[in-house]
Amino acid sequence: MRLFTALFTRLDQTTRTNAKVDALAGYFADAPETDRLWTIALLSGRRPKRAVTANLLREWAAERAAIPLWLFEESYPIVGDLAETIALVLPDATRASDHSLTHWITTIRALAPRDEADKRAAILDAWDQLDARERFVFNKLLTGGFRMGVSQKLMTRALSRATGIEEADLAHRLMGDWTPETTSFDALIRAHDPSVDLSRPYPFYLAYQLDEGPSSLDAPPGDWAAERKWDGIRGQLVLRGGAHFLWSRGEELMTDRFPEFARLVDFVPAGTVIDGEILAWRDEFPLSFNALQKRIGRKTVPKALLRDAPVILYAYDLLEWQGADIRDRPFAERRTLLDALVASVPPEAPLRVSPLLAFDTWDRLADIREGSRDFASEGIMLKRKSAPYRAGRKRGDWWKWKVDPLTIDAVMIYAQQGHGRRANLFTDFTFAVRDGDALVPFTKAYSGLTDAEFRKITAWVRRNTLERYGPVRAVKPHHVFEIAFEGIQESPRHKSGVALRFPRMARWRHDKPVAEANTLDDLRRMLAAYG
Amino acid sequence: MTEPVLTFTDRGIYCPAADVFIDPWRPVDRALITHGHADHARDGMGRYLATDAAAPVMRHRLGAIDLQTVAYGERLRIGSADISFHPAGHVPGSAQIRVEVGGEVWVVSGDYKTEDDGLSEPFAPVRCHAFITECTFGLPVFRWDAQTDVARQIDDWWRANAAQGRATILGAYALGKAQRLLSAIDASIGPILTHGAVENTNEVLRAQGLPLPDTVRVTPQTDPKAYPGALVLATPSALGTSWARRFGAASTGFASGWMALRGVRRRRAADRGFVLSDHADWAGLNTAIAETGASRIFATHGYTSIFRRWLESQGYDAAVVETAYEGESIDDDGAGTGE
Ligand SMILES: [Zn+2]
Ligand SMILES: [Zn+2]
Repeated sequence: MRLFTALFTRLDQTTRTNAKVDALAGYFADAPETDRLWTIALLSGRRPKRAVTANLLREWAAERAAIPLWLFEESYPIVGDLAETIALVLPDATRASDHSLTHWITTIRALAPRDEADKRAAILDAWDQLDARERFVFNKLLTGGFRMGVSQKLMTRALSRATGIEEADLAHRLMGDWTPETTSFDALIRAHDPSVDLSRPYPFYLAYQLDEGPSSLDAPPGDWAAERKWDGIRGQLVLRGGAHFLWSRGEELMTDRFPEFARLVDFVPAGTVIDGEILAWRDEFPLSFNALQKRIGRKTVPKALLRDAPVILYAYDLLEWQGADIRDRPFAERRTLLDALVASVPPEAPLRVSPLLAFDTWDRLADIREGSRDFASEGIMLKRKSAPYRAGRKRGDWWKWKVDPLTIDAVMIYAQQGHGRRANLFTDFTFAVRDGDALVPFTKAYSGLTDAEFRKITAWVRRNTLERYGPVRAVKPHHVFEIAFEGIQESPRHKSGVALRFPRMARWRHDKPVAEANTLDDLRRMLAAYG
Repeated sequence: MTEPVLTFTDRGIYCPAADVFIDPWRPVDRALITHGHADHARDGMGRYLATDAAAPVMRHRLGAIDLQTVAYGERLRIGSADISFHPAGHVPGSAQIRVEVGGEVWVVSGDYKTEDDGLSEPFAPVRCHAFITECTFGLPVFRWDAQTDVARQIDDWWRANAAQGRATILGAYALGKAQRLLSAIDASIGPILTHGAVENTNEVLRAQGLPLPDTVRVTPQTDPKAYPGALVLATPSALGTSWARRFGAASTGFASGWMALRGVRRRRAADRGFVLSDHADWAGLNTAIAETGASRIFATHGYTSIFRRWLESQGYDAAVVETAYEGESIDDDGAGTGE
């Protein structure tokens, strides 16, 4: 595993994109073919299944390190990563070996059906012959959470350099339902035949955030189509050969989770691929994200849930039509075809088209954007009418113009030390609103400040701790922060009765004393207005 | 019930028998100082007492102070207490402070490390009844490689950069870590340039006789091209600033105990992170504590609650005390604070 670990280390040691691409391209040229294929699989999220539970790994690691389990458990959140914590506490290996990446992945996969004693013996044996870095990589393979600081886009670029095949083409080849067991490097990369895999989706096109407002764009309003930005799950519906497949943006097959879409096979001709948003939907209106959340994470869906939280596909774009890839055609043309297709489908089918917004000036569009929350929408999407459907996140043709977040001024009352990259700083805070003389906690937040601000607040927390509850410190109610969030919902689980969506610290209000922070009544008013 | 040898106040660690404070963080009349880092040696004290070797840096940092010095191991009678300073191995001049009252011995560790860095007076365990220890890296995930191994990693990196015609910028605290690196690396690889804050401390330590290789202070007039393949020793806060950008497409690195954690390495966004600390690692803390023979342990700064629980499970009578000491900072320049 030395070659792969060296690759991992090089990728980890640099923040420079070019250096990463160099390292990967070099690896793709040198590594054994099966290792290459596994590397592509790992970097595109195709991880081996977890063969051993995290709990067992913790026990064995603590035992091997001769420390009590509780001490391991306390260290883990500070390191922030299980694989790394294990690698750090284990004593040095007693011997060395150099097996291939494929060897270790095969070993791990073979563990699944074995009993606990066999698993333990195999893993202790592996730990005992790998050096600290190799162990970390091995543990990453074991625990499944494999991320190497390399996006699929970067990996594709490196592979393109190593093979001479064009990037967008490669991105498409790498999609779909393959694993290194079902294909080979040659079949997947060199000899490409898309028809082999009926389910294979196209790479999603992702929008960039528009920070400056649309007047900063390089073209007048007339060149752009606008629609609302919907808050559901982005999905791609593939209809081919009488079957249907639903893919998430993370390239996860979600077909079984949303059985509603099976009936579209009766209404939409084979050879069609639609990009859209899955939304919980009732009476021709989207339900809150909360309703959809009940459907996420469920592999099968009970009848009651199908009734309470039915979904539709809100179509954005048409990528394949009559069996032909039409991503190169202009958006306006694809959209006309999409409109005609959706119009031909009866209303009981779970397919709608995301309506285009009529506007002639940016000011008019800004007015429409102000009303986003009334539509449970996060803002506006802008798409250049003449643009093709691109692969990945590309600047220029698709923009998201989000509404400003909701904000509330709150008092910091608890602080907890961060983990991982901020292990040495206090970064996790609990905030409260005022209720008479009392302070009612209502949200946690741990992002939004600069490192310099985190350092400052860390020094302050150390000097102003009132009490400790394990890792949590109650601090003097003194600092007021502006908390920004995207949505607010009723929540009986919380003392305050509300739950926020994506809360973060927008600003440290040095200018505000605690007496001027917002109140529980203010929070309730926001719930009534936006909940 | 006799009074304890040391008590913990909101001004610092206090010895009633001698009426002195150890490393106080608020102004007091008489302060015993373990070492010159800013979280231990602060201004505003009436009188100071520190080791001979710690004095020059303290004078450099704090200016004209009323400072009495003492040799390692020398016994002073203050009030009804016997007081002596013993090497802590943390930075040149750093000390543990031993306080004996009526036959009972307490030791304040200050900051310490157990590995001999070749520059600081090596850590010497002191037998005592109660030991007041830091535990900045008091978790079993912190295990340091030998200094010679880390120095070799840095040499290899520097050599590779020099071969590619790139400057090598290494971030380290101005007091302690920077000089330790200077004395451990292979200075024959190329020229060594220093940030002003680092060079100021170099001058102080050279003047007291510490062997450091030749260095060149970076000034606004310095032409980086005149020093191809140079190693630039900078303060952590200078990394990523216009000060560092003058060296062009350089490779940047950072040396700290925190670099043991991948997450922290990535946040610092340096090209390389070298695991090197002036504080004891997990094994170092445990060995040091065991060698004191103490049965009562107080943890002052670091992962105190976890470390206390660990010590209790090992049969010690352990407690946490709140102090204003800061452990190893990786986010400021260490010229005055941190470490
Ligand atoms: Zn300190
Ligand atoms: Zn120190």
